[in-house]
Amino acid sequence: MSAAGASIGVITFPGSLDDGDARRAVRRAGATPVALWHADADLHGVDAVIVPGGFSYGDYLRCGAIAKFAPVMTEVLRAAEHGMPVLGVCNGFQVLCEAGLLPGALTRNAGLHYVCRDQWLRAENTTSVWTTRYEPGAELLIPVKHGEGRYVAEESTLDELEGEGRVLFRYVEDNPNGSSRDIAGVTDARGRVAGLMPHPEHAIDPLTGPTDDGLGMFLSALDTLVPA
Amino acid sequence: MTETTHDTVTSPERVDSTEYAARTPELAQPYRELGLAEDEYQRIRQILGRRPTEAELAMYSVMWSEHCSYKSSKVHLRYFGETTTEEMRAKMLAGIGENAGVIDIGDGWAVTFKVESHNHPSYVEPHQGAATGVGGIVRDIMAMGARPVAVADPLRFGPAEAADTARVLPGVVEGIGGYGNCLGLPNIGGEVVFDESYARNPLVNAMCVGVLKSDELQLAHASGTGNKIVLFGARTGLDGIGGVSVLASESFSGDETGSGRKKLPSVQVGDPFTEKVLIECCLELYRSGLVVGVQDLGGAGLSCATSELASAGDGGMWIDLDAVPLRAEGMTPAEILSSESQERMCAVVRPSDVEAFMEVCRKWDVTATVIGEVTDGENLRVDWRGERVVDVPPRTVADEGPVYQRPVRRPAEQDRLVADDPGALPRPGSAGELRETLLRMAASPNLCSREWVTSQYDHYVRGNTVLAQPSDGGVLRIDEESGRGIAVATDCNARYTRLDPYQGARLALAEAYRNVSVTGSKPVAVTNCLNFGSAEDPGVMWQFQQAVRGLADGAAELGIPVTGGNVSFYNQTGGDPILPTPVVGVLGVIDDVTRRIPTGIGAAPGEALLLLGETHDEFGGSEWSRVVHGHLGGTPPRVDLSREKLLGEILALGARDGLVSAAHDLSEGGLAQGLVEMALIGETGARVVLPEEADPFVWLFSESAGRAVVSVPRGEELRFTELCSARGLPCTKIGVVDTESRSLDIQGVGELPLTELRQAWEGTLPALFG
Repeated sequence: MSAAGASIGVITFPGSLDDGDARRAVRRAGATPVALWHADADLHGVDAVIVPGGFSYGDYLRCGAIAKFAPVMTEVLRAAEHGMPVLGVCNGFQVLCEAGLLPGALTRNAGLHYVCRDQWLRAENTTSVWTTRYEPGAELLIPVKHGEGRYVAEESTLDELEGEGRVLFRYVEDNPNGSSRDIAGVTDARGRVAGLMPHPEHAIDPLTGPTDDGLGMFLSALDTLVPA
Repeated sequence: MTETTHDTVTSPERVDSTEYAARTPELAQPYRELGLAEDEYQRIRQILGRRPTEAELAMYSVMWSEHCSYKSSKVHLRYFGETTTEEMRAKMLAGIGENAGVIDIGDGWAVTFKVESHNHPSYVEPHQGAATGVGGIVRDIMAMGARPVAVADPLRFGPAEAADTARVLPGVVEGIGGYGNCLGLPNIGGEVVFDESYARNPLVNAMCVGVLKSDELQLAHASGTGNKIVLFGARTGLDGIGGVSVLASESFSGDETGSGRKKLPSVQVGDPFTEKVLIECCLELYRSGLVVGVQDLGGAGLSCATSELASAGDGGMWIDLDAVPLRAEGMTPAEILSSESQERMCAVVRPSDVEAFMEVCRKWDVTATVIGEVTDGENLRVDWRGERVVDVPPRTVADEGPVYQRPVRRPAEQDRLVADDPGALPRPGSAGELRETLLRMAASPNLCSREWVTSQYDHYVRGNTVLAQPSDGGVLRIDEESGRGIAVATDCNARYTRLDPYQGARLALAEAYRNVSVTGSKPVAVTNCLNFGSAEDPGVMWQFQQAVRGLADGAAELGIPVTGGNVSFYNQTGGDPILPTPVVGVLGVIDDVTRRIPTGIGAAPGEALLLLGETHDEFGGSEWSRVVHGHLGGTPPRVDLSREKLLGEILALGARDGLVSAAHDLSEGGLAQGLVEMALIGETGARVVLPEEADPFVWLFSESAGRAVVSVPRGEELRFTELCSARGLPCTKIGVVDTESRSLDIQGVGELPLTELRQAWEGTLPALFG
């Protein structure tokens, strides 16, 4: 089976913004991107799902709070239970937290401003489906762009995440949003569902991003979906 | 406003119909409160052969306002058309008069771009004013059939340290970011300028760029008798009604919540999510071929959209106001027609396509309603509760408004201003003084890093941003296959325009042109946003007339067309107008975005730093004279547009052949500022040695036009300098890039560690705005 045999779905909510970027990243990694419509309770047989950045339904209530009720999300929850790899980026991370697939929540940045900048991250967990391509401790430069990206959770939950090695990435140098313990991304206990605030899909080509450091996340997933 | 007595007609009991108006010619109408002059009101009566109804009065008053009718600027703006040759027009698919200019950029692609002002609303309510400014310009671009792909915001505020600036600036930036980020449009450029003339008169201009296939152009006209008029997007409410509220009877009850008319703010309220969905919905409607004509609803709301669509069409139009979905109860016809509720569009649709049109709108959950149709008559007719409330020739509303030849007079004080030459100002002499001046300049509000502002804007979304702030020009990839892309820049040094509005406008054009050129792109078209004081001040009109002439003559000299623009008068408080601020936007094309030239140095060790162009002792209107001496006087730098063109050609060749690894335009702050930015952006040091005969102060801080600094790879230095000398472009080697060094070392000034420069350059705005 070739890499092109794998298909990765990218959900589009009415207010999704980075869905096109996520599809481009999937294509660049060598898989087939499949557009999934929020109102469509059908995953079209994809092997993995990405919930992209944006403002899903406008997010006037709480980021991701409405999106979790979308028909397509019901299918995502069901598939995730059976081990389908799921990646939530930015608003997608917020949606996965709201939906209960990942612990914790994202709140307003400590600096109160929306911040868009290139951010250094350190890869902490390199065994999840989405991070196997990274060396432990590797430093990556990937954009962040959000107003509500401060990761918070109960102390006990944070301890558990640390203890089980479920922190995927940590901000290095300057924490852009005040996240607890500099956490930029986390994974579920099985290492298949992942969420992060930074945007790997904006770092797949040094022409349009700061680096191509983000491509590794998509390549990692393909390694699992399409064993060599 | 002075109180006058007038009669209010429309009430729950009575409609001010055309028939009633014809019977009551003597009824006193509040035309003055609506901003109409006596003779303008009389002309309306003449056109209609009776007094206007309240709804008609509302329509005329708003459509004949300065903002909508260009009544004071029209006679001057004609000069743009007169100076545009057939050759310049060759690539123009649409120009002045359409919602936005459209340029063919090759390979079947077309680009549309426009700048609009939202100045006053942004002073009253910074967040919403700025946000709805973005929303409005984006709908203008959509109305051309284009997908909006980027925004940029030229902003001007009062003194950076003024208390009111601390209120206005953060709100404006948050409004632009909050709206633009939610639409998924990268913000790739813009300006932030501080000057005391903008205190209480901030300028919030918004640019949007859109892309379409050249055969997909949509024009705003209503043709085909029987075709339906569909209003889609947000519901119509009481926001942004402004002056028309004088028509509302006090006894007229009903508001957004139910009882008692509540005065809503006259600044509209934006909902970016609704706009985002509206964009996607529109694009799907266009792709499906379901739209005959389309118009956005902006200033003047339905009055503008219906009269402009009908005026540009080949028939009349009938509108049923009862069909308009409202979000407030008890709105009068005048209010419905004048409401500036955001996120609305109006389309002309064939009857056979209406169902398919509605289906697309349902998919995106966009409210859409048939509110009328194209008729075979000539008039625009509007009915409400079974009675005719409007019956007017649409051209008299939209196109044939009043035109004024306002008095124009060069102010007497202009001579004194020009005579006040900066040559007499004390200049730094020693190395220590030069060093201190350089650091002070780098930290000054107009030269320091804009990161505090631009980091609140998403410049990554859509994945096609190749260059964005702090680069001189924003560059976007348009075609992923071929790598074809575009560049945009906006500029205006209003201090120059104040000293000489004609040359100042040419300098603004030259700088925007240069900022596109240094990215390696070829400039192809010009747009503008002309911000001035009161049109009734002859001195302001002189500035305006001169600036228009300078810009038009300049564009003709460069051989690129002015495709559209926007005029904003009355930017003044009391007797003091703002500095004349003709913001100029230039669009460029680059065949392959992988060849774009970045701003920062440091691609490879040992690269040569070359200064292109000539440096003269020119400090009139300079940033040095402002920062160090608080001085404005003399004449602005000379501008030679043929030199700008040559510089652009050399840079484009250099980009194409890989001869240039970094380039930065020199403007405010001169060479010193240019070097500081190239070093800091590239996080790389350099050693700079000025020519022996050079006066270091003049070379470092003069603002002579037509200059850029480039870094050239070692192996290409000879080839590049030969290219310059063969074409006659002065080129001076001023140093080398030092990838090992962490400082900018300028002979005769001293060593400036990058950390110290960064602290100066990046510290200012965060310290002021938090």
